Amino acid sequence: MSATPRTLFEKLWAAHEVARTDDGQSLIAIDRIFLHERTGTLALQALEKAGRTIRHPRRAFCVMDHIVDTKPGRPGLTRMPGGAEFITATREAAREAGIRLFDIDDPSQGIVHVISPELGIALPGLTLVCPDSHTCTVGGLGALAWGIGTTQAEHALATGTLRVEKPLSMRVNFVGRPDPAVTAKDLILAVIAKHSATGGLGCAVEFAGEAIDALGVEGRMTLCNMAIEFGAWTGMVAPNEDVFDYVNEREFSPRGALWDQALAAWRELTTDEGAEFDRELELDCEGMAPQVSWGTSPEHSTGIDALVPEPDGDAGRREAMRRALDYMDLAPGQKMDELAIGAAFIGSCTNARLSDLRAAAKLLDGRRVAEGVKAICVPGSMAVRAAAEAEGLHRVFENAGFEWHESGCSMCFYAGGDGFGGMRTVSSTNRNFENRQGPGARTHLASPATVAASAVAGRLTDPRKLS
Amino acid sequence: MMRRNVDTDAIIPSREMKRVSREGLGEGLFANWRYADLATREEAPDFVLNRNRYREAKILISGDNFGCGSSREHAVWALADWGIGAIIAPSFGEIFQANCAQNGIVAVVLPEEQVDAIGAEAERRELRLTVDLGACEVQRVGDRALPFSMKPREREMILKGLDPIALTLSEHAAAIEAFEKSDRTARPWA
Repeated sequence: MSATPRTLFEKLWAAHEVARTDDGQSLIAIDRIFLHERTGTLALQALEKAGRTIRHPRRAFCVMDHIVDTKPGRPGLTRMPGGAEFITATREAAREAGIRLFDIDDPSQGIVHVISPELGIALPGLTLVCPDSHTCTVGGLGALAWGIGTTQAEHALATGTLRVEKPLSMRVNFVGRPDPAVTAKDLILAVIAKHSATGGLGCAVEFAGEAIDALGVEGRMTLCNMAIEFGAWTGMVAPNEDVFDYVNEREFSPRGALWDQALAAWRELTTDEGAEFDRELELDCEGMAPQVSWGTSPEHSTGIDALVPEPDGDAGRREAMRRALDYMDLAPGQKMDELAIGAAFIGSCTNARLSDLRAAAKLLDGRRVAEGVKAICVPGSMAVRAAAEAEGLHRVFENAGFEWHESGCSMCFYAGGDGFGGMRTVSSTNRNFENRQGPGARTHLASPATVAASAVAGRLTDPRKLS
Repeated sequence: MMRRNVDTDAIIPSREMKRVSREGLGEGLFANWRYADLATREEAPDFVLNRNRYREAKILISGDNFGCGSSREHAVWALADWGIGAIIAPSFGEIFQANCAQNGIVAVVLPEEQVDAIGAEAERRELRLTVDLGACEVQRVGDRALPFSMKPREREMILKGLDPIALTLSEHAAAIEAFEKSDRTARPWA
């Protein structure tokens, strides 16, 4: 056999290419469509208004996650200003369309990118789209998944396909063995800091190397979650046996003979030896410290042991850095690990899975959050929450002074109601944009361990100093 | 708006998405930058869209990676509702760029030097530009035209306001049927 070696991306693309359109785009078959109440409902409504139906209703799902309350004892609607309309309209649209809705009181409810793998809706080798930019998260399972707009979601629902211009292929090679305290979050922040927030623009990015092979399934999802912050069309990691074990016996996973057939197909989902990428980048992980962001783009990240940087690079970059320093109320030369914080947040589709909560709890056990620091933990799904409670992790968080919430996207972004307005916040989320977590909120992105260590110390802190 | 990485949260903050609707989002456009007081809607006088010269602007010029971040199509609907018909930048967030094409906004990619030059000129004086979609050029009176590229299909979609779903079903229905049939055999587990 001397077939041309192919990349993982090539294999996924070829398996879904229905046709090529006359201007060089491809029509790609969509295996799963997930919607949420903030952006998906409009697609369902528009479809109905146009008299169209969903081509494969059993492949479409919907969840309430973006603007639901997360404070314990939440109501069936939401306290978020204007939010109730989104909830009621979503219930009605999902019912009309005949698709499965994971409603607020459903034990499977949670953040879309956390529950799609938990339920076996996202699987290796599938295409999955959602009108949400962090859909790339499930590339961590070896799925081809990307975020789209509402109008494109309508197209996917009606036709079972999307028109896509084929992206370039890129591999990011992680070289060297990172310190055990360096997590998937630190790795992806370092990649974006080194290669910029547009480094992956126009590319389907495969993450590879020894450090990636060593990542657990949830870490792979954290890594791919932030491919969009790298500007990438999507991110992915070749699935391994841990991934197959992870998706086995989930509610929507294949069973019996179908499982065996799927498994055989999934074991082919690797980049062949000698396959060529359009672009290759590298990150040296040796000696890398846990990362934290200092500015207003994820590319504004550095080691927790570093100093706030001096604006550098071309004129556009210097101007952006100056603006970011001003917004963050920082000056070049300040020590990152001396910055006092007002709030600590563990949550979001990036870092609120069980392994994230365990990592934070390990540091919080027997300790207290510093005086005056508002600390909140929002598990990524109700299933994560239940699993954490079964291990007693909620007690660890609560005893340390963290609020322990129900699941949702919550304060990763500010939709009104509670937020971190005006506060310096260390956050396990994905975006440190101006005002993202509330008007005037100053967000420092970090791993759950760094968030926990910082909450205890009352300032940004290297988790290695606590453990 | 000569800055990099203008994200869709900045274009329309989540809390400005008040209704399950594509309409009326212009009021929330750039709310955090445009209003000195969010509650009373008192304007921030320095913000570019509040300057008299640009209150009626139809073309937005910005830095690298415009529209990065959240996939919310509301960002495009808000720009369109306010009156923007074209955006010129060195690069765009990909989901945002696709959303533009679905809603008749022309996302023009030009080399950074060219964008910086016209951006600087727009800061200095009232600049009149034409984005000619037929010719795929940004035109200035008394200056050379700046060519840009756009997929023929994308251009046709914007110019004719085509319905992409109807188009796919009319052109590819048979191919979709055939694919699904063979896929059921190849990947019955999917």
